[in-house]
Amino acid sequence: MKQEWRNFKGGHWVDDINVRDFIQNNYTQYDGDESFLADATEATNTLWDKVQALQKEERAKGGVLECETEIVSSLTAYGPGYIDEATKDLEKIVGLQTDKPLKRAFMPYGGIKMAQQAAETYGYKVNEKFDKIFNEYHKTHNQAVFDAYTPEMKAARHSHIVTGLPDTYGRGRIVGDYRRVALYGIDRLIAGKQEDLNRCGHGDMSDDIIRQREEIAEQIRALKGMKEMAKIYGYDISQPAKNAHEAIQWLYFGYLAAIKTQNGAAMSVGRISTFLDIYIERDLQEGTITEQEAQEMIDHMTMKFRMVKFARIPSYNALFSGDPVWATLEVGGLGQDGRHMVTKNDYRFLHTLENMGPSPEPNLTVLYSKRLPENFKEYAAKISVKTSSIQYENDDVMRPIWSDDYSICCCVSATQTGKEMQFFGARANLAKCLLYAINGGKDEKFLDKQGNHMQVGPEYAPITSEYLDYKEVMHKYDLMLDWLAGLYVNILNLIQYMHDKYYYEAAEMALIDTNVRRTFATGIAGFSHVVDSLSAIKYAKVKTVRDESGLVVDYKIEGDFPRYGNDDDRADEIAVWLLKEFMHKIEKYHTYRNSEPTTSILTITSNVVYGKATGALPDGREAYAPFSPGANPAYGAEKNGLLASLNSVAKVPYEYALDGISNTQTISPSALGHTEDEQKKQLVNVLDGYFSQGAHHLNVNVFGIDKLKDAMEHPEKPEYANFTIRVSGYAVKFIDLTREQQLDVIARNAHETL
Amino acid sequence: MTLANVHSIETFGSVDGPGLRYILFLKGCRLRCAFCHNADTWDLNSDDQRSADQILDHAERYRSYWGSEGGITVSGGEPLLQIDFLIELFKKAKQRNINTCIDTAGEPFTKEGEWFTKFEELMHYTDILLVDIKHIDRNRHIRLTGKPSDNILEMFQYLSAINKPIWIRQVLVPGWTDDIEDLKKTRAFIETLSNVKKIEILPYHNMGAYKWEKLGMKYPLEGVEAPDQESIVLADKVLHGEIR
Repeated sequence: MKQEWRNFKGGHWVDDINVRDFIQNNYTQYDGDESFLADATEATNTLWDKVQALQKEERAKGGVLECETEIVSSLTAYGPGYIDEATKDLEKIVGLQTDKPLKRAFMPYGGIKMAQQAAETYGYKVNEKFDKIFNEYHKTHNQAVFDAYTPEMKAARHSHIVTGLPDTYGRGRIVGDYRRVALYGIDRLIAGKQEDLNRCGHGDMSDDIIRQREEIAEQIRALKGMKEMAKIYGYDISQPAKNAHEAIQWLYFGYLAAIKTQNGAAMSVGRISTFLDIYIERDLQEGTITEQEAQEMIDHMTMKFRMVKFARIPSYNALFSGDPVWATLEVGGLGQDGRHMVTKNDYRFLHTLENMGPSPEPNLTVLYSKRLPENFKEYAAKISVKTSSIQYENDDVMRPIWSDDYSICCCVSATQTGKEMQFFGARANLAKCLLYAINGGKDEKFLDKQGNHMQVGPEYAPITSEYLDYKEVMHKYDLMLDWLAGLYVNILNLIQYMHDKYYYEAAEMALIDTNVRRTFATGIAGFSHVVDSLSAIKYAKVKTVRDESGLVVDYKIEGDFPRYGNDDDRADEIAVWLLKEFMHKIEKYHTYRNSEPTTSILTITSNVVYGKATGALPDGREAYAPFSPGANPAYGAEKNGLLASLNSVAKVPYEYALDGISNTQTISPSALGHTEDEQKKQLVNVLDGYFSQGAHHLNVNVFGIDKLKDAMEHPEKPEYANFTIRVSGYAVKFIDLTREQQLDVIARNAHETL
Repeated sequence: MTLANVHSIETFGSVDGPGLRYILFLKGCRLRCAFCHNADTWDLNSDDQRSADQILDHAERYRSYWGSEGGITVSGGEPLLQIDFLIELFKKAKQRNINTCIDTAGEPFTKEGEWFTKFEELMHYTDILLVDIKHIDRNRHIRLTGKPSDNILEMFQYLSAINKPIWIRQVLVPGWTDDIEDLKKTRAFIETLSNVKKIEILPYHNMGAYKWEKLGMKYPLEGVEAPDQESIVLADKVLHGEIR
């Protein structure tokens, strides 16, 4: 065994690149409580104070501290960068995206126009030479996509029946197995890829072989670039890490390579906690570090995750509000052999929220099972009550599908670490699709050049009756969903093709097996509103209100109907039907590179934007009001309390939405119990109950509505500087949301105590 | 089959007995506590009538949240006014292996006759009770609730004798129930009991005042503020015997 691997138990991982095998052979379970944890060191406090001061300055400048205008981002574009040159020796883990903290890199490959616009939004002007370079000499992803779009696709994009598409920014959601850098060193990884290249194809140069050979070559180049990048900071990462400090630093360099070269919507770190614990545990056993030093390294690494930034345009910020990057990081979970995988390091990562206060990033995710140790469940719940900064995902439904080494690649979507990549595909607006079914493909909001309602969908016969008939609506909806599914898949096929061609993620893919499994992630917006609308049409009477052109623009509901979110099977069955139906329709189509289609019920904060583009619905939702986010029931629909609402969402089958079913709930602390001890225990009961029914995901916020209102009116109060809340699939600082979104969050918080 | 006169249901009860609980609020109460925040439960009549099986079928939809400690709690109003229904409900609950809890002020309690026989049977199916001490002093109890407390104290002694677990709860109303000497007397009484698992102070709040007005009644505690943190801590220490 190599000296770097001393005291590790061998296995397949020694000869093959197999991090999962290394973890399973070497991790140490921890069943105790949080009493071993160490407080922040002086160095941590000093550095974190500096970062907070910079964040304050950033907010004062309208959200961006500084934009690069001269240098195109790459692995080696910059010299070393530190939080502060004067205190660089305090930084245990080093490496910034640019030469300065919070400075946003110039990343034109997704689209030059967007990169220029992003800088201009914040008062910066990108050097004019880039205009010529990226318009005349080098094509970008965005331009390529628009070259190939059909008029129908452009119309669908314009009317927002599909929105948020990664055609102007990096698609993200690819998690490199950054642990490989630490365990094997770059040289071994290069050798592995070189072997793959040698074995690729048998001489016939078909499209797929040519492409694969080029991609592997790109990956090898990226690996070499990573070595150079680390050298800039004085590290040689060609060999495996010798100790915990190197392991954390090597791993972080792998991630840094990703965020220097891609501005994906989600740039997850992945499942690194248990892996790193093995190194820390060895050092602790060898007596070379103390618990305080271990915590300090984890704090400093986490501090770096909190500083990841990308330059975005305003329309992007409207979709994904609060400047998120989804540096998602997992703790907890069980192994295939039945052992829980909780280590001391899982506590250390959660403890960063105590040592450095609440924070939206990294997007800390607890892979939850009722069978996790009680101590750990209660500590996680305690941190939720204190900080509202973590989310929970059901390991018991994901493990059978993704095994025990999956990462969360975005907000909530699982992906096998180092084995898989995902083609992220935003979401289709199924609520608008229902309106198209009623109005024969004509858009209720957007007009064509003649001032008539735009014909976006196919010109099927519209519904002409005064009252909506359930059977007729269902038939027409079925036809219109067929159209939308086909169009949507084909838009995504085109985008993913161009992304591979013009904005390939070489650094991330270099840390993933060459023989990669690909998933094709579609998504649903407007879920609860379609369910309630169909329920209203079925169980009550819905009268149409038409404009002068005869188009239905509003609906009057006569009578009562069951609504999703009340544990009422009549409505909840429609929810299950809708998901299955959409997924079956998606599956019919060819998906790019033979990827496996999945879907999600997950909107992030785009529920506001989708809502804005969508007219009144038969469930009583007013025109242009926000949708409920993700799989959440509609605002005001939940009449039977938190648990009834959770029961409804738990019925939606994960097997049909393998990309995730996001649910966000807010609980007032007093509704959970009188004391901190009661509150954490009751939250564990809620999580146990929800997840044991097969539910997938829960964002937990614990605060009262008064705090939200006060924070909206008085964002300058120091206690709100880091006030973090969970929204659909991620966390944000509340004061960084637009006022519209703040009002939306306040309106949504229904579960106040009596 | 006896039907319950239901006031309302809360599926997410976090402070009404051990663990997470399904709470059934029943109608009817003969006490007239000045601080009552559920004055709308006093009247025994209800349009919402349900059978024990209906209640339990509904409650079991939330079973997965109860964990090892939770279950159902019957509160009110005064649930013991519907003792026949309670017996039926809890008997069936036990057949379904559900933890049972009663939240009571003990006002209907008597050791006489048929009612006591029923209570004895009910205790057979009851795991734990949450019992209020409105006021330890007999006269002040009458002033505060409209009724004397002799039978209520008798119930405490009976529950102690059969060793039935209870939580004792004291609503802390400034000027009404926060006198230190009275609280010390309450503590002395608690010390005569062998079955007390938990003692809780419930700080008074006026969030139920609007219900009095809605029912056309004058709110008796108009102008009384919620107790401050200091007096809550003090009362808590006295009731736990930490200050004597």
